[in-house]
Amino acid sequence: MAKKEILSPLPGTFYRRPAPDQPPYKSEGDPVAVGDVVGLVEVMKSFNEVKSEVAGKLVRFLVENEDAVMAGQPLAEVEG
Amino acid sequence: MLEVVRPGLATTVQDLGRPGYYHVGIPISGAMDRLAARAANLLVGNPEDAALLESPFMGPELRFADARTVAVTGAEIAPKVNGEPRPLWTSFRVGKSDLLSFDFLKKGARIYIAISGGIDVPVVLGSRSTYALGALGGFHGRKLEAGDLLPLGAGAGASEGRTVPEHLRRMPEMPAKLRVLPGLYWHRLTEEAKQSFFEDTWKVAPEADRIGYRFRGGRPLTFVPREQPFGAGSDPSNIVDAAYPYGSIQVPGGTEPIALHRDAVSGGGYMMLGTVISADMDLIGQLQPHTPTRFVPCDMAEALRARAERRKLLDAIRAHLAA
Repeated sequence: MAKKEILSPLPGTFYRRPAPDQPPYKSEGDPVAVGDVVGLVEVMKSFNEVKSEVAGKLVRFLVENEDAVMAGQPLAEVEG
Repeated sequence: MLEVVRPGLATTVQDLGRPGYYHVGIPISGAMDRLAARAANLLVGNPEDAALLESPFMGPELRFADARTVAVTGAEIAPKVNGEPRPLWTSFRVGKSDLLSFDFLKKGARIYIAISGGIDVPVVLGSRSTYALGALGGFHGRKLEAGDLLPLGAGAGASEGRTVPEHLRRMPEMPAKLRVLPGLYWHRLTEEAKQSFFEDTWKVAPEADRIGYRFRGGRPLTFVPREQPFGAGSDPSNIVDAAYPYGSIQVPGGTEPIALHRDAVSGGGYMMLGTVISADMDLIGQLQPHTPTRFVPCDMAEALRARAERRKLLDAIRAHLAA
């Protein structure tokens, strides 16, 4: 089982939910397919979907909801 | 003709700007990292002030209608032609129907994409730069959108493989250091605030843009008590309206310094504690949100020396590419 990471494509603020009153895109333990949305990064007043480029099981998130992230920073760990 | 397949976040047409109209509220605009923009144009054989594309944080996807020479400088966002990687700060050829796309951002904040012949949008008040807030210049006065067709000028373009060596590139350190010449309304700060401003490490706020870069995280600045003059607001960070220089750092409420950049507003009622020196303005354009940043005090002699060094660096790039 190889460990892979989902990297932030942008600097900004990371969100795990599409909106505050909605469930998170992915929870730890969920399966992830290539192209699945795992969160949003807000920058320059726009929200951008973070899509997984890897497939497997989402083991854990490496950043908290609403954390400040830099581009290239690992957001989540995927096994598979 | 260049087709915008995907626009990126806020890709705009820029050149070296539109000086001469700031007094009527129209800022200079133009590339935030001018050195990177000049270098990109020189690499493809364009005049340094040709119009090119500036993309913050994320590259666009562009389809070419004819063969061109392209160079990408500034941030580390690796270009790809039909999916094949190409080097940064180096000229490469793009053929008819080829797709230019980009990898993720690794370092810095803005890339400059120069294309031989330049982006041939109309000249408005002496420049092709986009001033989006005023819907002026560039491509219809706005950032690019999918489906836009950009006219390109004629130009054979320089050969492939011309490169700007690493020692002639300039990117911010980590943490970033911005030299500041204290002045303007500096006297309004308490001694304590004058020290803490330079001692604290600030972080770039996510809303930083071409108008200004906002910083937060340092201790709030305190002001020398005074009876506010007529025309100044009641907050101690307010002044009677004044002109805002490029690079000036205003501190609304004393909490979050904002360094004005190329799309600056030309005046208003916030005190400014000084200005980022001209030689360091380009560095601001390469700061990602959350980048830790220190302001470093600087005097006029050092600011002028830094400007002269900057000119020498540009001359070295010109000489290298002319050889």
